[in-house]
Order: sequence, then structure tokens, then C-alpha cells
Amino acid sequence: MKQFSIPFMGMRKPVAGLSILLILISLASLAVKGLEFGLDFTGGTLVEVGYEQAPDLDNIRTLLATNGYEDTIVQTFGADTDIVVRMANLYTPTLGDEVLAVLQQEHADVTLLRSEYVGAQVGEELREQGGLGMLLALIIVMVYVALRFQFKFSVASVVALAHDVIITLGIFSIFGIEFDLTVLAALLAVIGYSLNDTIVVCDRIRENFRIMREIEPVDLINQSINQTLGRTLITSLTTIFVLLVLFLFGGEAINNFAFALLIGVLIGTYSSVFVAANLLMAQNITREDLIPKPKEEEEDELP
Amino acid sequence: MLNKYPLWKYLLILFVLVMGVIYALPNLYPDDPALQLSTKKVTTTIDERVLAKAERALSQANIQLKSSSFTSNNATLRFNSGIDQLAAKPVVAAALGDDFVTALNLVPTTPGWLQGLGAGPAKLGLDLRGGVHFLLEVDTPAALSQRMDVVASEMKSLLRQERIRYRNVSVDEGILAIRFLKAEDLERAETVLDDTYPDFLYGTREEKGSYYLTAEYSEAEKKEIEAYALEQNLTTLRNRVNELGVAEPLVQRQGSNRIVVELPGIQDTAQAKRIIGATANLEFRLEALIDENDVEVLSFRNGTGRTARLERDLIITGNNVSDANSSFDENGMPQVNISLDSQGGNQMTKVTRTSVGRSMAVVFIEHKSRTRFVEKNGKVEEVRQPYSERGIISLATIQTTLGNAFRITGLDSPRESSELALLLRAGALAAPIYFVEERTIGPSLGEENIRLGVVSAQIGLFVVMLFMLVYYRVFGIFANLSLIVNIVLLMAFMSLLGATLTLPGIAGIVLTMGMAVDANVLIFSRIKEELAAGLPSQQAIHSGFNRAFTTILDANITTLLVAIILFAVGTGSVKGFAVTLSIGIITSMFTAILVTRAQVNLVYGSKKNGRLFI
Repeated sequence: MKQFSIPFMGMRKPVAGLSILLILISLASLAVKGLEFGLDFTGGTLVEVGYEQAPDLDNIRTLLATNGYEDTIVQTFGADTDIVVRMANLYTPTLGDEVLAVLQQEHADVTLLRSEYVGAQVGEELREQGGLGMLLALIIVMVYVALRFQFKFSVASVVALAHDVIITLGIFSIFGIEFDLTVLAALLAVIGYSLNDTIVVCDRIRENFRIMREIEPVDLINQSINQTLGRTLITSLTTIFVLLVLFLFGGEAINNFAFALLIGVLIGTYSSVFVAANLLMAQNITREDLIPKPKEEEEDELP
Repeated sequence: MLNKYPLWKYLLILFVLVMGVIYALPNLYPDDPALQLSTKKVTTTIDERVLAKAERALSQANIQLKSSSFTSNNATLRFNSGIDQLAAKPVVAAALGDDFVTALNLVPTTPGWLQGLGAGPAKLGLDLRGGVHFLLEVDTPAALSQRMDVVASEMKSLLRQERIRYRNVSVDEGILAIRFLKAEDLERAETVLDDTYPDFLYGTREEKGSYYLTAEYSEAEKKEIEAYALEQNLTTLRNRVNELGVAEPLVQRQGSNRIVVELPGIQDTAQAKRIIGATANLEFRLEALIDENDVEVLSFRNGTGRTARLERDLIITGNNVSDANSSFDENGMPQVNISLDSQGGNQMTKVTRTSVGRSMAVVFIEHKSRTRFVEKNGKVEEVRQPYSERGIISLATIQTTLGNAFRITGLDSPRESSELALLLRAGALAAPIYFVEERTIGPSLGEENIRLGVVSAQIGLFVVMLFMLVYYRVFGIFANLSLIVNIVLLMAFMSLLGATLTLPGIAGIVLTMGMAVDANVLIFSRIKEELAAGLPSQQAIHSGFNRAFTTILDANITTLLVAIILFAVGTGSVKGFAVTLSIGIITSMFTAILVTRAQVNLVYGSKKNGRLFI
């Protein structure tokens, strides 16, 4: 394997600028446009039906309106023959069945694929719970890294994680992609994945601080990133491969989930190479920050 | 030698591998969707003729039967798909008539020797099987106020018995207030009530010349009543769900006041909702005598506009019913035959003995609620207004003392009589419930989801293995074998733990494939580095594995922590993702470190230092 020697630390200012810019854009979009919350979080009713042949959406809309179901959103879902009808919060226990009956009146071949109802209160709770889970994940990670490594490492990795989450959320906001429970799950998985990457880099930095003496922290960090770059890229590649497979073949139901993971893994890879190390530098990490007396690496001794 | 495992390590790995294969194997034998036929009466038996009748009806309806078997009072019809199974249920039910019960079921196809070891396939979530998921909220405050109402009526009769004069009794926001005109009446009442109802906190006040005695439950008591209501509702819902005839239903408490109900394979969600959410109950009351004042006027349910004056005191309620079933009376009208439990029977005998010649009314009550959306402080809030509908089903003269068995007529339709019988059998809900979440997945979507999941997993596995092979050559083969072992172990754990596989769960497995090779990538990169630093190959292997170990541990523990949080905050199918992700992390550490090392040791361990194909 060829040894990389890319001057990552040399690019650290423009990279930091890019990251800050991306975060600002994301935050702006989140503030102005917000997220396109799915049914899980807003509450409401959804009915997904399958047709034998692609129907005309306007026909369905007028059909529903003439039967008294106004304010409906009718869209295709994946295939042309898959139709999703979304309704706001006017829930009666039979709404889904009623809408199905109306659609079946016109086309006998309509089959119910899925119907969902989420109460407004449940939606709100899920939103709260999700946000709370995300915060909890970040805090636990921070504590673990602080214990296993050192506080500066824990700040670096948590900020890198927040960076990944904010930008992924920003992309969902900018492109108006639906944000539902599975996407939230994907975001938490992204935290796990990106952390994994960051830990590997941090681990190498810590190790190098122990074994390399006469070297400036900047060069040491640079060398550590280069040493782990091969592994970072290969793991990211295999993960991105399987995510692409999920995105392309997994079906409409996990499309957004796979997309969130895909974006998250890409940004996570970028952040563990650039952002985490950059943040360590910004905190003036030194050898003394780590264990003062470096342990002897037994593995190095030859028998 | 550096790279040799002691024999016990190889044996341990072999043992885990064999166990993994055994417990993962049943997943290759998915359960057959089936119809379970059973007889309603002891006198009818199931024989070839019954089976032949069912088979004929199925072939007429163009539904393919996979196989069938029967015992004297039970038969199983297996089908190729869930769609066939659902289509077959009404066909078979119609062909066999009322003497048989047909229920949806899943029949294991796992070979007997595997079943003997306790192995079975992983459970499939609703998104893969199709079915309904309900989240119900129990209105626990209502349970409290219902209890207060009962206590209020009991206190009234106690005061009357003790000849203590009171003006009225009211219940408002959990506080019961009794108004007296004289202070000494209040004092006497307090002593009597405190003796009989020591659970209450009593208070007194004087207002506009009246004396009030107030009583309320302590906070602990309230909690207990609410908890009891939830438990009672759980039991009732379990009974009702069992009456629906679904395979592997789930009724589970969630949080302090919610209940999850999952019904795999149900298609008629409307019926399921009617039965689960029904709050109907019966009250048996005497018709009021002419000179009685404290009466309630109720109208008849048949819509004729006829009304009757009833006593407020109840004889018994539907809660005293021990068994109920529907049939038809001699005029072909639907009726419900009722048996009372011993307490109910005694009470009924006691009241009717002294009331022969008077009329007794059977009142049908339904607790309902209107949901309105009110804008409050710029936020739209859901407001529920509970109300009850009461209607008289029948009013009949008591001819003789009644025992613990009788019948109710006057119902609208056979459907109503059979549902009423079911509800009386299953018991009433102790507190009203509301649907706060509902998800229905059609059977065809479930099968499509499985297909998509399996296809993605296969392609994902192929892509990762190809990449590893090309990039790491011989060591790639080691990593790939470890990856396969990892998937086998993951499936084995899923089956062993009885975890539920969902679509995001399958995605989790696919994701694990991509991430599981990471540990091996870390190790191999280290070995390559050590080789580049000039170490001989045996040392490079040894130190590569050792030095990568802490990194792998740290990286995986943190990911595992996040996965556990995901499990804690996630619901339903998301939990499935957290489960496969967590198990995948643990099994991948075992395979990437031990299984890969074992292979490397077997192949290179006894060789001289030489070229490594890495």
C-alpha cells in the first residue's frame, strides 16, 4: 500500500472556512425553510394504494374533493402505479378505509398497500424524543471519549459529529426531502459511523504522540491522518457501496433512509479527515495533554 | 511460534460456528401462512369430508393449497403466500358454515430436529408480514372519575341506610362533595364514611349555610387506580385480540398510559378497530316506580322514540358476565345468551326475587369521544370530549326470580349480537381508549419489502466481497469468509433472542456488511504498514493484529453506545434497525478478530517468513 503524504494541515484554514460556510448555509436553510417533516412527526393520515395502471393524479384529486375530502395531497410513491394520499389532522378511525372505498368505487383494482395515522400529540412526542436521543448520543460519546482519550479529543469528535448532523439536516432541508423516523435513525447511525472514523484517527494521533518524540504536533497530526487515510477510504468505500445498493434496490420505503446514510457517511469521512484533526490543532493539543509517561509498546520489542 | 492458536481456540471458534449455523438455519425455512380450522362444538368433528369440502371451495375460487392435515378437532391448511391465505379465509369459512372457526396462523416448516434444539426462524416485523399496528392511549383520568361515580352512588345508599340526611352528592374534578344542611349530620356522616372508605382524604367546609364534606383519593391511591385501569385494559385487549383469530398478536404496555397492539396478517382493519376500541357495556336496571324521583329517562335504541324511566341504581353490569354467545331466537331474531358469574348471579337473584312483576331494562352503553382541534396560543391542540350514549335494548317484565343464565333480545342485526357477545366475553375496558397511532401494511407490500430487502442484501454482499478480494487478495478471502460467518452469527442471534426483523433491520444488516469489514481493513492496513517498515511477515501479522485491537475496540464500543440509544428512543421498525446494528457490531468484532486470525494462523502460522498476498 502506498503511504500517503498529503499536507492536510496545510489546507486546514480553507477547509475550516468551507465547513463553516456549509454549516451556516445549513443553519440558514433550517431556520428559514425548516425540515419537511414526515407523517411520523407532524401527525396526520396517509393512505398508499396500488393501481394496475398509472392513474391520472388530477382525477384522483377531484374524485376525493367531490366526496368531501378536501386538503388532500396526492402523489406518486416510487412507481407510477403507487399513489400516496396525505391528509391533515382530521382523523376519524375509519378515514383510511373511507378513502380506499372512494378510490375503489372508480377503479375496482385499487389495492391498499399501506395506511398510517399518527396523532398530533404522538408526532410531537416523537419529535421531542428524537431530538433528545440525538443530544443524549452526543453527550454519551463526549463522556466516553473524554474518559478513554482526553477532553480535547472529546470536544473535537463531538463538534465533528455535530458538523456532520447539521450539514446532513441542511441537505434534507435545502432539497426538501421528507424527514421521517427512519431518517432520524439514519442520522443516529451516521453519528455512530462518523465517530468510528474519528476514533480511528484520534487513536493513531494518541499512539504517535507516545512513540514519536521530536516532532511538532502539526506534523504529527498530519502524519497520523496520512497513515490512517488508506483505511478510512477503504471502509468508506465498502460502506458507500452497500448504501448505494440499498438506495438503488432497497425500494421506496427506505430510500430516504439510505440517502441520509449516504450523505452522512460522505460528510463523516470528510469530517474525520479534516474537521476532527483541525479542531485538535485549534485547541493546541500537546504531548502533555496525553498520558505524561508514555507506555512502552510491547509489540515493538522483538523476541 | 508467533501465529499459532492453541487447540482450544480453534475448537471454541468451531463450536460457535456450528451453533451459529444450527440457529441460523431455520431462517431458510420460513413459516407457512396457514388457516387453522377448529370445531365450535364438541359434537362436531373434523374428518376427510370436511377437508374435501374446504379443498373443493378453494379450487373453485382458484386458490392454490400447499398441503393440509387434520386431527379430530383441528385442521391446518397451508398456503404458498400470505395473499392466498387471506383470500382463502372467507372462502373456507363460507364453505364450512357456522360449525367451524377459521383463524389465520403461521405454521413452522423448520425440520423437527432443529425445533427440538429450540431453533426457529427470526420473527418478521409488520412491515415485512403485513398487518396492523395500533398505539392506544388509555384515558386514565376517566378511570378515576368512573370509580368516583361508583363510590358516590355507594356512599349515597350507605347514608340512606344510616338515616343521615344529605342534600346532594356531586363529583367534580376528582373531588367528591356531599352537601348537608346540619353540621351534626356532617359529623355523623364523616365517622360512618371514614369507617367504610378509609382510603379517602376527607375535608369539611361551610358555605352559604350549607355544610360540605369533601373526599378525594390520595396521590398514591390515584396512581394505583390508574395503574389498575391500565392493567385491566391490557387484559381485556388481550382477550379481545385472541377472539379475532390472529397468529402471534402482540398486546404490550408502552409508557405509563399507552398500549401497543400489533396484529399480523389482519386485513379487515375496520373490524379490528371496532372490536379493539369498543367501549360498549351493558347495564341491567329496574324500571322506576311511579312515585320515585331520582330517575333517568332513556330512549330505546331501535329509534321508535319510545322512552322509559329507569332507576339510577344498577343491578349488575356487563362486568359480571362470565360467558356470552350469540344465536337466534325462535323467530329468527338475533339474541345473546348470557351466563353470569357467581357474584352477578347472586345479585340478580336477590334483586329479582323482590321485584317479580316489575320490569327490568337492559341498557347498552357506549363511551365515545369527539375529537376537535382548537387553536390555543397559536398552536393547534387536540381536544377530546368524552360522552356516553345510552340506549335501552329491551324492557321486559320479570316473570320469576332470575338466576345466572338468561338471554337478551332486541338487537338490530346478527353482527351486532355476535360482537356484543364477543365484547361481553372479553370483558369491558376499565377506562376509555383512543387510537393515537395506526399503521396498516398490506400483505403485498410486506412481500415486496422482503424481496427488496433480500435482493439488496445479496447485491451488497457480492459487491463488498468482490472489492475485498480484489484489494486484499488472499487476505481478502479470509475477510470474506469472516463476513459470511458474521452474517450467519447475526441471523443466529436474531433467532435466538427472538428479535424482530424489520425492513430497516434488513438495511441494518446490509449496512453491517459494509462496516463489518472495517475491523479487517484496520488490521490489514496495519500489517501492510509493518511490512513496509521492514518487519518479517510473521511479526508483521502478529503486531498488525495486536496494534489494531484497541482501535477496533474503541471504535466499536462508541458505535454500540449510539446503537443502544437508537434502540431506546426508536419505535417499531427503527428499533429493528438498532437491533441488527448492535448485534452486527458485536458479532463482527468476534469474526473480524478471532475468525480471521484463526484462518491466517492456519494458512501462514507454520510457514517460514515469506511473501504475504495482502
